[in-house]
Amino acid sequence: MLYQSFLIKYAEIGTKGKNRYLFEDALMKQIRHVLKDVEGKFVVSKETGRIYVDAKGEYDYDEAIEALKRVFGIAWICPVFQTEEKDFGLLKQQVVSYVDKVYPDKHVTFKVDSRRADKKYPVTSEQMNRDLGEAVLEAFPQMKVDVHHPQILLKVEVRNLVNIYSVMIPGPGGMPIGTNGKAMLLLSGGIDSPVAGYMIAKRGVKIDAVYFHAPPYTSERAKQKVVDLAKLVARYSGPIRLHVVNFTDIQLYIYEKCPHEELTIIMRRYMMKIAESIARETECLALITGESIGQVASQTVQSLAATNEVCTMPVFRPVIGFDKQEIVDISEKIGTFETSIQPYEDCCTIFVAKHPVTKPNIKGIHRSEEHLAEKIDQMVKIALDTREMMECQ
Amino acid sequence: MEAYFDNSATTKVLDSVKDIVVKTMTEDYGNASAKHRMGMEAENYIKEARSIIAQNLKVQEKEIIFTSGGSESNNMALIGTAQAYRRSGNHIISSNIEHASVYNPLGYLEEQGFEITFLPVDSQGHINLDELKEAIRPDTILVSVMYVNNEVGAVEPVEEISKVIKTKNPDTLFHVDAIQAYGKFQIRPKRQGIALMSVSGHKIHGPKGVGFLYVDQQVKIKPLIYGGGQQRGMRAGTENVPGVAGLGAAVKEIYTNHQEKMDKLYELKDYMTGRLQELEGVYINSRPGRESAPQIVSASFEGVRSEVLLHSLEERGIYVSSGSACSSRHPGVSGTLKGIGVRQDLLDATLRFSFGIFNTREEVDYAVDVLKELLPVLRRYK
Repeated sequence: MLYQSFLIKYAEIGTKGKNRYLFEDALMKQIRHVLKDVEGKFVVSKETGRIYVDAKGEYDYDEAIEALKRVFGIAWICPVFQTEEKDFGLLKQQVVSYVDKVYPDKHVTFKVDSRRADKKYPVTSEQMNRDLGEAVLEAFPQMKVDVHHPQILLKVEVRNLVNIYSVMIPGPGGMPIGTNGKAMLLLSGGIDSPVAGYMIAKRGVKIDAVYFHAPPYTSERAKQKVVDLAKLVARYSGPIRLHVVNFTDIQLYIYEKCPHEELTIIMRRYMMKIAESIARETECLALITGESIGQVASQTVQSLAATNEVCTMPVFRPVIGFDKQEIVDISEKIGTFETSIQPYEDCCTIFVAKHPVTKPNIKGIHRSEEHLAEKIDQMVKIALDTREMMECQ
Repeated sequence: MEAYFDNSATTKVLDSVKDIVVKTMTEDYGNASAKHRMGMEAENYIKEARSIIAQNLKVQEKEIIFTSGGSESNNMALIGTAQAYRRSGNHIISSNIEHASVYNPLGYLEEQGFEITFLPVDSQGHINLDELKEAIRPDTILVSVMYVNNEVGAVEPVEEISKVIKTKNPDTLFHVDAIQAYGKFQIRPKRQGIALMSVSGHKIHGPKGVGFLYVDQQVKIKPLIYGGGQQRGMRAGTENVPGVAGLGAAVKEIYTNHQEKMDKLYELKDYMTGRLQELEGVYINSRPGRESAPQIVSASFEGVRSEVLLHSLEERGIYVSSGSACSSRHPGVSGTLKGIGVRQDLLDATLRFSFGIFNTREEVDYAVDVLKELLPVLRRYK
């Protein structure tokens, strides 16, 4: 394997002043977590404002890159060729051979950018740039130097070892998981909610999730699908604790007592209430939903306002302004789409009225909910108490 | 209490099957094609199974090709025949109520330029013999019809079909998908005029992943799988010794005191049909008694969605399927139910109860009692 190490570059977390070490530690923790399943042994270390992932011996390069691309907070992944060779003459040969291996097509422009962390090194950076550039030109006459806009920026850094790198693979960006608190995701079996969870996790927020199960109207397979989705999101967000709430009795009670065209709105209000209760209990500071304006009757601005009214916590709706296709594109990118489109009923699609309200009147909803007064608090309590919890990772 | 009424999806294996599968996996685990003693011993299991099946069907041993199950058998029968007889014609006839493992290979053949005629069925689920006669042409190479329909248990008039074929075009081959029929009926391909017949192991209390295709020795078909030349080149791949041995054991046990076993299944079926009729708004789609297969009761429950009822029963330990398990994942409703004229509003309100030799009357009583309790509740929330 040509590369023995990866230099991890991070953008935003560099700007966080005194808290910077917290961000770096969170990033390193997440890097270690994703690399656990990659073939090979890796040591993750921090050195003067940089994070290095050193491979100890043989490893699977593609798998390692794939894993690192899932770590929020990483801006760039630079595969590094390392050599112990410090004799400048031999180092030149190493640089030439690196260029030869990495760039089979030599019709490119380049520039050498050297640095000496080890100031005792006998050749100055300036001199290194010139001499190494010359050596490359000599070996590959088709290559040209361009100091302003080179296609290849060849970095040569003399530290304990000499690092040579030029390839930069984009990471996912964002911020390391766990640096921005925790939020509760309302996870259905659909396309939107896993994407919403992914997007908020990307900002460094740890995720827990709640799923509303309505047996026998929704099947065990529908529940398994949600567990599978939580696991897929967890590849990015780290482990997700999934709370499965049995919602059947509440749903049937609403169905019995309230006008059918308001069923979905009232149901969603209770889902939000229950999610918020669990969120408080589990130290989440916000809720996350996959709602997008106008996508269905329960997601018109009026409906969103009606649903939102029951919560005091902030509700994050990261896909609120997205078209369906834009959400689909992300779900395909993060690998949840295939699972999301498996055709099992979720509890939002059962008992749907032919003509659900699209502009619910808050006062009317309140009046309808008065019909639930007798039993609903007790039912909510039971739903909370009997919820099932599982770790998804 | 638990009641497994999904035996047409798959069955629990018999103890005799389990024992021989374990033995061939842990003791006699040789490769049946190996030259040494262990290879020979393994091969003996295959020979034994082949002999049991051949005797049972009264056919020759070399006419049995072991496969990975019903779907492969159907694929091999259809695609293998079509490829081998392409020069004689490119017309194939089948019915509207076939299983996906017949329907989809036929779709593939249609893409390859074959012309396929699908015959409709009457209210009993039978194809019309006059329509069949009408459809057979000089270039018809194959007729493929299922023996027992997997959704309602209709039994096709196999012998009459083969007679019609013989009189209209003696060169036309007759394939029978007997996956729901084998183990229930005493089948004699030679006497019944069947040239190819598909069978699956796990529908008759044998293992999953094994089945066979009977191919009359005068019929030459092309293999689907090429490789090391096993099974006389007709189906390459290391012989599935545990599967085949298990299949042999299942056939042996099922066809011992067979009439008794089938009488018991018919009794169960009649008993369940009778008890279901105690309930209001329940319609039986399967023909009564011996007019249809012994193991299948299809029933529609007015005002209830089949999937909801299925999961409600599941919560009480009763396992059934809605339509047929293989196709119920696909949206869209059953072609068979539509074909036999089930009311539009009942198409999505239909369950299939299917019996195996382990089921009892007590289980039927339990299921009916649970249904009695569930139906009024579920009908309140439509």
